[in-house]
Amino acid sequence: MTFLLRRAAFYLVTLWAAITANFLLPRLLPGDPVQAMITKLGGRLNSDAMASLYILFGLDEKKSIWAQYVDYWGALLRGDLGLSFTFFPTPVADVLSQSLPWTLGLVGVTTVIAFLLGTLMGVYAGWKRGSWMDSLIPVTTFLSSIPYFWLGLIAISVFSVTFPLLPASGGYAAGLVPEWSGEFIGSVLEHAVLPGVTIVVSSVAGWILGMRNMMVTVTAEDYVLVARAKGLSQRRIMFAYAARNAVLPSISGFALSLGFIVGGALLVEMVFSYPGLGYVLFQGIGAKDYPLMQGVFLVITLAVLVANLLADVGYLLLDPRTRREG
Amino acid sequence: MNFKTRLGLGILAFFTLIAVVGSWIAPYGPSAMSDDLLSPPSGAHWFGTTTTGQDIFSQVLVGTRGVMVVGLVCGVLATFLSILVGVTAGFLGGAADEALSMLSNVFLVIPALPLIIIVASMLPSADTVLIAAVISLTAWAWGARVLRAQTMSLRRRDFVEAARASGERTWRIIVFEVLPNLVAVIASGFVGTVIFAVMLQITLSFVGVVSLSTWNWGTILFWAQSNQALGQGAWWWFVPAGLCIALLGTALALINFGIDEYANPRLRKVRA
Repeated sequence: MTFLLRRAAFYLVTLWAAITANFLLPRLLPGDPVQAMITKLGGRLNSDAMASLYILFGLDEKKSIWAQYVDYWGALLRGDLGLSFTFFPTPVADVLSQSLPWTLGLVGVTTVIAFLLGTLMGVYAGWKRGSWMDSLIPVTTFLSSIPYFWLGLIAISVFSVTFPLLPASGGYAAGLVPEWSGEFIGSVLEHAVLPGVTIVVSSVAGWILGMRNMMVTVTAEDYVLVARAKGLSQRRIMFAYAARNAVLPSISGFALSLGFIVGGALLVEMVFSYPGLGYVLFQGIGAKDYPLMQGVFLVITLAVLVANLLADVGYLLLDPRTRREG
Repeated sequence: MNFKTRLGLGILAFFTLIAVVGSWIAPYGPSAMSDDLLSPPSGAHWFGTTTTGQDIFSQVLVGTRGVMVVGLVCGVLATFLSILVGVTAGFLGGAADEALSMLSNVFLVIPALPLIIIVASMLPSADTVLIAAVISLTAWAWGARVLRAQTMSLRRRDFVEAARASGERTWRIIVFEVLPNLVAVIASGFVGTVIFAVMLQITLSFVGVVSLSTWNWGTILFWAQSNQALGQGAWWWFVPAGLCIALLGTALALINFGIDEYANPRLRKVRA
């Protein structure tokens, strides 16, 4: 338990750091873009919305920075992230709660698939070193050197424009109403194929390589030699002895590479106009919609931290040493 | 040095050369318009033209410099930061280590892309050097983590203890006893940082938060995307820039494999 508590404490600190960065950035950087936006919208903002934007972006300069910080936390805890300029006059929190499920679904599923697939391929590549599997490494390296969004562009150009097999944009067919019907779910799956495959193809290489290198190292360990000497089946040695230990760095690495993967996945959403947070962020960039962009950053950070905590639970289950410490 | 490493170094040398001479050997100005609107690759325009008749081959050549400069600047800045934080944390241990590791882990876990997008779009003028500095601030954490672990394993070795016993000052032990043993790790961290920085810069240009007045491969992709190159079937508009990115990334990754294999002989190829 100590292990999990320590991790949870670390994630709380990280969350605090992200929120504080969000608070400080608009105050530290030169220029007052939000003030300009408020001026432009003129009388269309009601006084409540105006007040929350003042709190979030520190436009009220009569207050001390501490008072502003306290107000800022107050607004966040009420779930008040200001108004979006892009989707005026919808509150940022509403925009985010509509797009979050799409991102969680797409990025969550594809990340798990890429992790499992890559780890499994890495196990085989490391175990049968020197076989044809080794020639996969340069190919996957090349694929992982391609930016996610560019692979997405190519996928659209081949599978939607040249051979119109799959839809190029959106989360479901135009004209359908989101509901729990077979038609709608089918349409959602169809629209998720191209972005999903793009994310898996670009992120799988890292897992293959990390796992292969760990397998190579672990295979030379004495306990693997003992397992061989005992005459255990290859399968058992490979998975229960070698892979089980080799996977640990991959899982602790999972936590740290997640932020990077999520960044790439956001871009895939932008390219495919997928109705998740990435596309919302993209629309926010165009309109210099700071409340929206900062809201997206906070929600993504929160999601990454929760996913990290889940990875830690997995680590706990696989590595008894972390349990003994507690 | 094996074939893979040599290939990587060769590609890197090629792009470095282009970065230096690219703007002189480009057949056209990168922003110069012409009457050949959206034409596929031909003898006159090797990579085709844009909707305003700009030569894409020239844009790729000229844009190489921006990419390589950001890679180099970030590589140097972020590697310096990672040595500073990582080696200090690993060598000192105790409370300093706790605080510095916490700092680098926080930077690792927070998703860098949305944060940098916010910073870049709030800056009044997001030119190449400024962007390089901002990217460096988020790119050092991974290297610091790896260096810390390596330093910790060196800290109690006999030669370090000997230096300590003979009364060497801490900074002198770090610079002359510890750092030389970390060269492989630092080099691979440097190459990894360059990959990260190049990808991030191109991404930022592609989403349009970086100043579009200077050319890089991401800028080309930004214009291709905003002019619906895909829908018009203008594959030549986004394929060359993307392939260059992938080639450069692969070259750097190959160099990194070479460094890894040098440092960890178990990874070297087994001869059947």
